[in-house]
Formats: sequence, C-alpha cells, structure tokens
Amino acid sequence: MKTDPNTFTLAARVLHWLMAVLIVAMLFIGVGMVASVSERHEWLLAIHKPLGIAILILAIVRLTVRLRHPPPPLPADLPAIQKLAALASHWLLYFLMLAMPLIGWAMLSAGGYPVMLGTSLRLPPIFPVSPVAFAVLRQLHGAFAMLLFLTFLVHMAAALYHGLIRRDGVLSSMLRGRKTVPALIGYTDPPAAEGTNEVDAERTD
Amino acid sequence: MHDPTSPHSPPRRIGSWTVIATAVAVAAVSFGYVGGWLAPHRLTPEKLVNQLQDNAGTFAGYRRNHAKGVCVMGYFDSNGGAQPYSVAQVFEPGRTPVVGRFAIPGGNPYAPDSSVPIRSMALRFALANGQQWRTGMNSMPVFPVATPQAFYAQLQAQQPDPATGKPDPAKVGAFFAAHPETAAFLAWVKTAKPSASFATENYWSLNAFVFVDANGRRQAVRWRMVPEAADADGHAGKAGDADYLASDLAARLAQGPLRWHLQVTLANPGDPTNDATKTWPDDRRTIDAGTLVLEHTEPQDSGPCRDINYDPLVLPAGIAASDDPLLPARSAAYADSYLRRTSEEAHLPGTAAAHTPPEKMR
Repeated sequence: MKTDPNTFTLAARVLHWLMAVLIVAMLFIGVGMVASVSERHEWLLAIHKPLGIAILILAIVRLTVRLRHPPPPLPADLPAIQKLAALASHWLLYFLMLAMPLIGWAMLSAGGYPVMLGTSLRLPPIFPVSPVAFAVLRQLHGAFAMLLFLTFLVHMAAALYHGLIRRDGVLSSMLRGRKTVPALIGYTDPPAAEGTNEVDAERTD
Repeated sequence: MHDPTSPHSPPRRIGSWTVIATAVAVAAVSFGYVGGWLAPHRLTPEKLVNQLQDNAGTFAGYRRNHAKGVCVMGYFDSNGGAQPYSVAQVFEPGRTPVVGRFAIPGGNPYAPDSSVPIRSMALRFALANGQQWRTGMNSMPVFPVATPQAFYAQLQAQQPDPATGKPDPAKVGAFFAAHPETAAFLAWVKTAKPSASFATENYWSLNAFVFVDANGRRQAVRWRMVPEAADADGHAGKAGDADYLASDLAARLAQGPLRWHLQVTLANPGDPTNDATKTWPDDRRTIDAGTLVLEHTEPQDSGPCRDINYDPLVLPAGIAASDDPLLPARSAAYADSYLRRTSEEAHLPGTAAAHTPPEKMR
C-alpha cells in the first residue's frame, strides 16, 4: 500500500481511536474512583493501574509511528493561530499520555506501595520512597488529569469544527485512509465530490 | 450530488455549532458527575475525611483518624498453618519483616490515652516477593456500623456542638436508635475500659477477607491477634500521664519482645462476610497461622510507620477483599487522609498550616 501524504497511516488511525477510547475511559475511571467509597473504588482502581501501563506502552508505540510517518499537513488556509494551537495541543496530548502513567507509577513507588497490576503481577518501583515526593506526584497526577481532560475537550471540539464547519478533510484524514478533499486554499464552496458531511463523504455520486 | 446548503450558510453553521457545543457539554457534565462535583449527595472519601476533621480538628501532618500512635518493628514467624488456605508467601513457614503501629481512635494526636476504650494495631508485612500485606485491626470484636453511609452518619451525630465542645447527646441517641446494628458494639463498649497497655489487647480484623489457595479455592476468613502478655491492668496508666500507652510499650519492649498469635477464623458457608457488626459463631474453625514478634518501638514522628498508609486493601496474592462495603471505604478514605498529611509534610500550597499546638487537649 502506497503512502498517501494526505492521510494518517492505518497504524496511526488504529492507535488514535483505540487510545482515544482508553484515555477517555481512564479519565472517567480516575475521577470516579477517587470520588467513591463504594466497591466501585476497588474495582476501578484494579482497572486503573494495568490500563495505565497499557496506555504507556501504546503511547510509546504511537510516538514511534508518529515520528516515522509524519501526519498529513494541515489545510494551507488554516489561520496561523489555529495551526499553532493544533500543534501545541497535539504535543501536549503526547506529553500527557506518556507522563500520566509514569507519574502514577512513580507516585505509588514514592508512597511505598507495591505497584500491583493484578493479584500477583508487580512492577518494580521507579522512584525512592518519599512522602514529600508522593504528595507532589499525586497532586500532579490529579492536575494533569484535569489538563488532559480539558485538552481532550478542545481536541474533540476542534475535530468537529474541522469536520462540520470547515469541512476541510482534517477529521476524515483520521476517520478514513484517504482524504476525499485535498487541502484547498481558501475555497468558498465545497467541491461536488464532498457529501453533506464528513461521514458520508466517501459516497460516490 | 451537490449539497444544496453551503457549509458557510448560517442555519447550517448554527446546527454544526450546536452539535459541537452539545458534544463538549455532554462530555464535561458526565465527567463532573462521575467525579462527584455534580453529584453533591454522593458520599465521597473527601466528605468522610472532612467530617473526621470537623469532629477532632485538623492536625497538620497527622492521620485524620487514629492520629495518636507509635511505631513498632519486628517480624512475623509463620508456622505454615494457613498455607492450605492461602498461597500468600507470608504464610509459608518462615519470617516476614513487619513495620507496625499502635494507636488510639480519633483525630487528635494529643488526646489522652484514657479518652477511648479502643486501641488499634496496624501492620505492614513486607513479603520477600515484593508484595505487601497491610492490615489495620481494632481491639473490639465488632464494628459499630456496617456501611460507610452509616459510619458517616455516626460521625455527623458525634460532631461536637460548638457551644459545649461536646457531642449533642440527643443527636447521638437518635443515631443509635436509628441504627439497631450498633447493638453488639454498644454491648461491648459498655464493659470496655481503656486498657493500660497495648500489649495485653486482642486485635480483630473486623472486616472479613478471602483466602485463596493454590487451586483458586476461596475461603472467607477473619483474623485476630491474640496477645501472649496477659497480666492484669493497673501497673501503668498512672494519673497525670496522658501518654501511658507509649511509655508502657517502651518499658515492656526493654524487657524483651512482645508476641501475638495470628488466629485465622474460617467462615462456614452462609456466615456474613459483608457485615462487620456481626460476629461469627464461636464454633468456627480457627487456625494458628504463626507468631507476631514485636521488638522495637519508635515515636511516630520519626519512625518508619509514619509514612505508611495502613490501607487494608493492600493485599498480597492469596488474600483478597471480601464483599464488606467498609473495606473499599476504608481504602478510599485512608488514601485521602494520606494525601492530606503528605501534602502538609511537603508544605504544598493550600494545605493545612504547620503544627497545631496541643492546646486542643481536653
């Protein structure tokens, strides 16, 4: 399969959507478990740790894919401020999806907890035992979770903006392997090939 | 097919913006609900710990409950007796190092030892395979209530009245009247006296747990630490010494180690595992799993127990939580308390300021 510079690779798209589901689930699990005294606290915590490590591994794979296969360029007519926002938010997402599991792991290590991924699988500590470090890392874990959720909201809103309002092929480049619309400079009317929205843009007329 | 509506035409754009705003709002509101910010009636660990602070005051750097205590160090000598029921390495014959803590209930680290008739023993077993077993036990066979909600209601009822500095007897009475499950605890507390020593007490797990054997078979259990020391009360607890438990412990350990036997009671099918207010019948099989040997004590401000959260759900393979609803609540609330006190230790902004002097003593 030849590489189309206007699209994300299949690997990138699979990783994106898989991780989207896992990370959003993880954020809800995280805030849900710390706000619960019921048995939910226990089983959410049991999912949280192995899922965090899974996200860490996937994030490393994804970063590798990203560095090997640059993403399709943003539409040339996108205002510079939006391009900058896209770039910054994407790297912030990469940073957070790598940092969150590592901080969680380090925080449990600093708190002197055994880092258990199941009933018997234990990861080694990656930080010396220190209550002060625990407190800092634990607060950071919570603050970064909020930052990650906000970034996710902005990311989702921006994706929908591209798909529904600008209809510039940015959303479909992640939904499908092929952009139906090449990046256009300052178009005013949608080309005939494009459907009523991104989702049915693949329909041939 | 050409879309008759331009993407830039106003109605279309309003519809699209509505879709975007709705998506963001649904995600944000769900997050707020799950995270408890938009669910004000849900009992959260934060509320439980806030209530503990409301009842006892806030003492920066200290546990929010069982705040007054001392560290103890020693080991557990397993005799292999529990091995048929649990694959936990701690039950293989041999030694496991232990860092423990004796304490009294309440959030005030300066409370006199005679202020409550209950003592507690918390232990962290550091298994050779890197796993840990943490347990927090109390010197009473039953807990007053069965659920975190009832425990919260009890704390609310016992909150000191600002006018008198003491709980309102009417509120306390109303709570116990509304909670008949407290009867067993009330019967026990009627005869209980503050002991003069940590060393002569029995310590019960209160909550049920589950042992898992090599074949994955599950056995509901409760455990208790039974002391070898059995001398009568009275040689300590001198008038005027509010901290007699720590000095008694140090004096005894200067003479030699203190020992307890870990007695594990096996539930029969049908015995309640989700209700810490109910004891199991006396005829249940009990096995002696080994001997806890405590050799040294250190003050909690500098000792190795200070930075340990004795979360009863830190369990090794071979021991699992039961369906007791108090267990996840303890785990969640202890985590909240641990975050508060370590944040205070780290002097993070927004945390309770420095040390509260012992003027709150009564």
